[in-house]
Parts: sequence; structure tokens; C-alpha cells
Amino acid sequence: MTFQISAKFRVDRGSFTLDVDLSLPGRGITALFGHSGSGKTTCLRAMAGLERAPEAYFALGDEVWQDERRHHFVPPHRRAIGLVFQEASLFPHLSVRGNMQFGQKRAARVEPRFSLSEIASLLGIVHLLDRSPKQLSGGECQRVAIARALLAEPRILLMDEPLAALDLKRKLEILPYLERLHHELAIPIIYVSHAPDEVARLADHLVLLDEGRAVASGPLNSVLSRIDLPATFADDAGVVIEAAVAEHEADELTRLEFPGGKIYVSHRHEPIGTPLRCRIHARDVSLALTPQVQSSILNCVSAIVIELAPTDTPGHVLVKLDVGGAPLLARITKRSAESLGICPGLALSAQIKAVALLA
Amino acid sequence: MESAVYSADFAAVWLTFKLATVVTLLLLVIGTPIAWWLARTRSVFKGAIGAVVALPLVLPPTVIGFYLLVVMGPHGPVGQLTEALGLGLLPFTFPGLVVASVFYSLPFVVQPIQNAFEAIGERPLEVAATLRASPWDTFWSVAVPLAKPGFLSGAILGFAHTVGEFGIVLMIGGNIPEKTRVVSVQIYDHVEALEYTQAHWLAGGMVLFSFVVLMALYTFNPARRNAA
Repeated sequence: MTFQISAKFRVDRGSFTLDVDLSLPGRGITALFGHSGSGKTTCLRAMAGLERAPEAYFALGDEVWQDERRHHFVPPHRRAIGLVFQEASLFPHLSVRGNMQFGQKRAARVEPRFSLSEIASLLGIVHLLDRSPKQLSGGECQRVAIARALLAEPRILLMDEPLAALDLKRKLEILPYLERLHHELAIPIIYVSHAPDEVARLADHLVLLDEGRAVASGPLNSVLSRIDLPATFADDAGVVIEAAVAEHEADELTRLEFPGGKIYVSHRHEPIGTPLRCRIHARDVSLALTPQVQSSILNCVSAIVIELAPTDTPGHVLVKLDVGGAPLLARITKRSAESLGICPGLALSAQIKAVALLA
Repeated sequence: MESAVYSADFAAVWLTFKLATVVTLLLLVIGTPIAWWLARTRSVFKGAIGAVVALPLVLPPTVIGFYLLVVMGPHGPVGQLTEALGLGLLPFTFPGLVVASVFYSLPFVVQPIQNAFEAIGERPLEVAATLRASPWDTFWSVAVPLAKPGFLSGAILGFAHTVGEFGIVLMIGGNIPEKTRVVSVQIYDHVEALEYTQAHWLAGGMVLFSFVVLMALYTFNPARRNAA
């Protein structure tokens, strides 16, 4: 069941304009990423029908929920959406179970896709069902809110910075559940975030929003490795590599492998074969014309230069590399680029100083 | 003679209770949509309607009584309507008293409910919409349960305020035993007749009743302390 999500919104609020025309995949997690005020929440609310823009079109496959040219607008309560807000917003007058049943009762499908107990165990909240929302921690509330949204049988799950109101510990507690949703449910998720790490960890598809416009939209890595994006995103320039655990070595290092080579990281507990995402910042990659043997840097892969672009950091350039088919970005000084003679097509060695594992 | 006086007192108490109950129920029915509208509207008329609802808070009861008398009297539009419908005239009847009390106690019911609706905010209603609840469904399953303290305050204040009114009752209801002679009027009669003993037990009863009601309101419903 592959379909496209078409979203075209123009919202004009005087000082702020949202103007997007997006075509998103009907599966996996699409992140709407941007700084605050970039219009990502407005975009999500428009998808839910909570904001009505005069010029708008929103459709899931052939199910059109909004087409203002034909004065067609399906109100939020008739759309098969699940929306998770930044604050869990549980109904305080209902128990956890009551909250979860609220949408489930109203969706009333003959053949529900999931049962309450399935969803409760997927999100680890079985033991909380009879409690009042007041007795839950922030992380637990958010898991209940996600469960509640899923039980309303949505065709699309919209999440508005669901982790932003939580501290790091709670975030780490929820992220695995979000990954499980991703792997176990066939519902497309639109995930609004301004946290690069969350996006790198969860997203399959990435939309970059800046001042109400979509400056890029595409598969995660193809967007992340674009070097022509506005400077606001350059600080965090970097790519995500989909690797797999290959071996746990004797000296407390774990070897990960990806099509472009191997990466050593501190010992991991995941069994061999487990896919792991890791993020490599451009600032953590340095380049050398020959493999460096006399170096403490362990992670070194062969790469071919694709292109160079200026970056916002004075005196630096961003180099896009191809590593066995996967993109990699390196930020080096202009002086080094000139003295090494770095130009498209050059084969060289990329040293990776740090790898952030995202799971 | 003594027992006749007391039975008149009991009739007044019973009538007062009946009036306050009917008025409170009517006010919940009438006041809730007004409170909802005032809490949610962005209309330019919000200020005007809010002011009309609040007028009885500042106007002397005699002013409201006077206008209601004019409007519901034989030459007033409402009076002509009720006569045409074969209902007779409302002044100096129990239904007339009910209508007058509804006007007079309206702000005491509308304002706590309106405050409670406003305190809910937009978010729970949006959440309900995304969980497939229609606006009507959302009103009953989310807004009303969340505004329960406001309804409780409104009902208590509406009831107590109706029990406590005097001027408007005298103007619209007159002083007809078992029809329009409520406790406050009965106390007035006792004092006029220098029957201080009877006046004492009715007046004392009113003080006790009002105290208990307000104490219950403040004790069990602390969130509304400021609104009340």
C-alpha cells in the first residue's frame, strides 16, 4: 500500500507566511525539520485540519481531505488522523484506559487494526491503564498520548515535537518506542522536530523548512548530504550512515559495517547483524591523500570527492564525498583544500574522528 | 393562631425552595450556551452581550423589576403575547417570578461557567477533534466534564442568589401567600407586623443556609474562590 501524501498550504499571517507544496511518501517517518518559527507546527496543524488556509490541498493517496479550489474541507473529526502534541494533553477527567478508548470508541471499526492491549504493550503502558493521568510521569503521559492517537485508527500519525517537553532521560525512554512504531506499524508518520539528533535517528524522509518554505525535501541522506542548503542548517551538517553490527572484538570495540567500509565504536550490546544508525558530523571528518597509518584515528575510509561548497564558517569549505555509494560530508579549511588539491573525482582517505550512534 | 403563622412560614420556605430549584435548572439550561458562546467567541458583540448578562450585578433590583413589569404587563409585548397564547399575564404569578428571577440571577450562573470554559483552553477540544469527536460530542464528553467545578459554582450561586432576592420579587410577584410570598418577603411582613420571633427564625435560617452554602462552595471548590 504505497501512496503519496500531497500537501499544499498557503497560510498568510501578516508577519509570517507558510507556503509549501509537498509530496511525501505514504510510509515511514517524514521529519519536518526547522527552527522555531519556520512553520513546521502550522504545517502539521493544517494537515490535521485545525488550521484552515484559504489556498490548500491535502490528500492521502486518493482520499482528498482538503481542496479549497473546490471548497472541499473535511473537518478534523472526520479525518483519520492521529495527532500527538508537544504536551501530552491527556484528558484529566478520564483514566489512562478512558483516554485510550476515547478515540477507539469513536473510530468504531468493524475490524480494528490493533487492540488496546496490543498498543498498550507496544508502548509499555499496560501497568498504567487504571491510573489517572495525574499520576504519570511526563514520558508516560506522552506514551499514553501516542497510544490514544493510534487507537483512533489513523491513516496518518502526526507528531508535533512529541519529545521537546521532556528531559533527556525521558526522551531516551521514548525513542525506542517510536522506533518500534516505525518498524511494526504500517502508518506513515509526520514528525515535527527541531532536534537534529531525533531527526537523524528516526526519519526516513526529511523536509527542511525555513521561514515558511520547504527548502529541501527528499530521502534523509540525500537531504542531509546536500551542501547547498541555507547556512542555518550548516552548523549541523553531517550524514547518517546505516550500518550493521559486524563483530564484537576482544578489546572492547564493536565493528560496524556499511557499504563504504567499517567503523569501530565502543562496545555495543546489540547482537551481530543488528542495524544501527550513526551520524557523522562534517566537522568530525578530516581528509588525507593517503591512508594515515601513523595516526590514532581508527576510522578511516576510502572516499571520492563529489563536490565542494562554501560554508558559513569563515575559511572553511564543505566537501561532499562518496563512500561506497553512501554520502559523507567533511568540513575542512580552504587552505587545506587548496594545498591538497581537492577537486571533484579525487580519491582520498577520510578520517572519522567521532561517530554518534543513534540507537 | 400561632400554628397558622408557622404554617405560613413553612409555605414561604417551600415556595422559596421551589422557586430557587426551578430557576437554577432553567439557568443551567439557558446559561450554559450563553457561557459557551461568551467563552469561545471572537465576535465584536462579545463585550455587549457580556455586559447585558452582567447588568443585574450592578442595577438595583427595582430597575429590572420595573422593566419586567412593563414588558410583561397588559400593554407590554410579552404581556400581549402571553395573553394571546391564553397564558394570562405573568406579573403576580409564580411563573412571572421564575422569569424575573432567571434574569436577575443570570450572571451568577453564566460567569462561573464561562470562566470554567475559558480555563479549559483550546487544546483539549482540538485533541478531541483529532480523536474523531464531533463538536457536539466534544462539548458533552470533554468541555462539560472539565468545567464541572464551574457548573457546581454556578448552580450553587444561582440557587442561593434566587433564595436571597427581595426587591424584584416584591415588584413582580407581589405578596401572595403560597404563590409569590417567598421567605425574604415573609420576613419583611413579620418585621412590619412586629412579629420579631418569627422574623428571627426565618432570618437566622437564611443566615445559616447562606453560610453553609458559601462554605461548601469555598471548601470543596477552591479553584473558583476568585471567580465567586
